[in-house]
Amino acid sequence: MPEKDGKDPTGAPLRRPREKGRGKKILLSILRPLKAGLWLSLVAFPLVTFKFEAETRQAHFLPERIPLLLLICFGAAVAFDGLGWLKKAFGPGKRAGGILESPPEGLNRPRLSWVNRLLKSRFFKPASGVLLIFLAVLPFISSPYGVNVYITALIYITLGLGLNIVVGVSGLLNLGYVAFYAVGAYTYAILNAQFGLSFWVCLPLGALSATLLGFILGLPLLRVSGDYLAIVTLGFGEITRLVLTNIAITNGPRGIANIPPPSLFGFDLNQSVKPFLLKLGLIHSRTDLDKVLIYLIILMAAILTVAAVHRLENSRLGRAWLALREDETACQAVGVNRAGAKLTAFTLGSTWAGLAGVVFASQISFINPQSFTFMQSVMILSIVVLGGMGSIPGVVCGAVILILLPEYLRFFADYRMLLFGLLMVVMMVFRPEGLIKSARYQHIYRAPKAGEGDPSDSASGK
Amino acid sequence: MTPRAESKHPEIGAGAAPAGAAETAGAFGLDADPILFSDSLRMDFGGLTALDQVSLTVERGSITALIGPNGAGKTTFFNCVTGIYKPGSGSIFFLPEKEKRISLGGLRPHKAAQLGIGRTFQNIRLFNTLTVLENVLIGCHARMRAGLWGALFRDRKTMEEERRMTDLSYAILERYGLQARVNDPAGSLPYGEQRRLEIARALASGPSLLLLDEPAAGLNNQETLELADLIRHIRRDEKLSVLLIEHDMSLVMNVSERINVLDYGRLIASGTPEEIRKNPDVVRAYLGEDADDLG
Ligand SMILES: Nc1ncnc2c1ncn2[C@@H]1O[C@H](COP(=O)(O)OP(=O)(O)OP(=O)(O)O)[C@@H](O)[C@H]1O
Ligand SMILES: [Mg+2]
Repeated sequence: MPEKDGKDPTGAPLRRPREKGRGKKILLSILRPLKAGLWLSLVAFPLVTFKFEAETRQAHFLPERIPLLLLICFGAAVAFDGLGWLKKAFGPGKRAGGILESPPEGLNRPRLSWVNRLLKSRFFKPASGVLLIFLAVLPFISSPYGVNVYITALIYITLGLGLNIVVGVSGLLNLGYVAFYAVGAYTYAILNAQFGLSFWVCLPLGALSATLLGFILGLPLLRVSGDYLAIVTLGFGEITRLVLTNIAITNGPRGIANIPPPSLFGFDLNQSVKPFLLKLGLIHSRTDLDKVLIYLIILMAAILTVAAVHRLENSRLGRAWLALREDETACQAVGVNRAGAKLTAFTLGSTWAGLAGVVFASQISFINPQSFTFMQSVMILSIVVLGGMGSIPGVVCGAVILILLPEYLRFFADYRMLLFGLLMVVMMVFRPEGLIKSARYQHIYRAPKAGEGDPSDSASGK
Repeated sequence: MTPRAESKHPEIGAGAAPAGAAETAGAFGLDADPILFSDSLRMDFGGLTALDQVSLTVERGSITALIGPNGAGKTTFFNCVTGIYKPGSGSIFFLPEKEKRISLGGLRPHKAAQLGIGRTFQNIRLFNTLTVLENVLIGCHARMRAGLWGALFRDRKTMEEERRMTDLSYAILERYGLQARVNDPAGSLPYGEQRRLEIARALASGPSLLLLDEPAAGLNNQETLELADLIRHIRRDEKLSVLLIEHDMSLVMNVSERINVLDYGRLIASGTPEEIRKNPDVVRAYLGEDADDLG
């Protein structure tokens, strides 16, 4: 298989044509960024070199800024061009073994990605058992700060997986996902403040109200698709935030405080249970049991979400979503109700945001509209895109990386957004399919006939 | 196909014409038992009339061709039948059974598919990143029932259905020579196999009428010959009727029992291959200077 060895591919075939066009090509590759830089500086010229003073209504010309302008513009142009060149040389698609190359005849061995091979190996079950125990014990041995970070990461895993249904699986670009997150959080905050409803009652109610909102907002969305869908959902997100800021029951921009953590059978954990556990020497004196409980709840939720999304993806409904993503016209031609598929994906995706919202409210005990800005939507979307559209392990990794890394790279704090942006650009260039590419269900021969490949060869299906 | 495989998968060809109808194909009298007919169908795009008073009939169990020069309105006719376009005026009727007459005008596309109209596209439209098997499984969508509950809780009924449909899809792929490809992404198949897969996907829903839009486009001579066999096989094995758009005259003359000719949105001729070959209008309008093709 030519694609197996990473060394041979790009170099040889690319370098071979050493013909007359070569000098011209080099000249072009120098001229192209220069041209772009020139345009960029022309456009930016008035913005950078003129200073407009509002009081005097006068414009000042600042010639000393010109060198800086040229440096930035030409630098950016060259950098971008270099990026394109890098992509051409090393990016996907240029490796040897074109996609049309057919595998050996008659051999139907499912080709598994490394993640899938990991998931299917016989070490997977014991390993995941150990991992589960580790994850369950983790909050007891971590600092309260650490537990908080883990909760946040798990919340974002849940959010990412929910959005993954909408964006990754169904291909509906939703830029207003945070609205449903907000609805979940506010459902708990308001129902608790007004009616004293407990966390456990509000958890399903929060998920339900987000689902309901998803359904209602989903109805007009049936008429739009593609970029328009993105713009409309973006609008929904902003409208939701504005509504939350401006109505009385949410207490406007001041938000709602004193949202209680969940209780376990009516016990106040830190008052009644903690001394007991401390005496047994099971926990650290600094451990906040409320947070530990929240951690365990969201851990459970995340695990159930993984299971649910996995099952959905390999069901009739999930396949209809995938078909919708792949080709809107063709999916209808095989009998998939396009409107129905869109609506269920949008509605169901919102459910998880509502769930995560309730947990979020109980975690930080104070919410206001500022917790639910467009940047949050972008963050969740980035998790899905970075991790891998439609890929469950990808989304989990994406959430862990985007939430945990910044916490541990504090010294980069000032450059966080910069690094974030850089990471996204590099990802888009080198691995547009995300960290972990989504792998589809692999079928095994059921009753292979003699002479048609070797059934014992094929890897296990599921 | 072996009879064993047929009895194992009774779903194949479900909703098809009554047994025996396929055998009589070609020997029917005019308008005896149509499975599809349009009446004065008209479709405009702005100032352009893509279909103008088109009245044509597809006999049950027949292989009927729809030919015409580029831009004649052939694909537009398919799109009207499958609900992608809503015809401006006129009507289309589909008769899955002899007495059951269903008007297709303005029906939503998935409804048309659920009624038993399968189709392929002129420029292949597969679900490229999904596997070959999944493509066919999605083709089975209309004959499956599982919903959200079944997906999440995987009850016995759902799993049973899932298994049955996987077997069925696999059998279809085997029948059309794609079994070695079940796990490959559909987009990675060579062109000819993609064409075949698209037909297999359309057959998975158990249609009684199959619309093929230029299935031979991009195929070489050998593949085109195989395609002719394939189309005849499909008609016989799946007991369905075929409406075929095609530019390749040898294929059209070879497989079809009736030919309809469109030109600038008008139906200018309709008849057996012999009649079409001799029709002066067709020779003039369709073939222009290159009239040798028909002979
Ligand atoms: N959605 C559309 N909007 C505007 N015009 C259209 C549309 N679809 C088709 N047409 C026009 O209608 C006419 C008929 O198109 P159609 O695709 O049906 O032709 P065709 O017979 O399938 O041709 P070909 O053999 O090239 O596939 C063409 O002039 C085409 O430009
Ligand atoms: Mg066409």
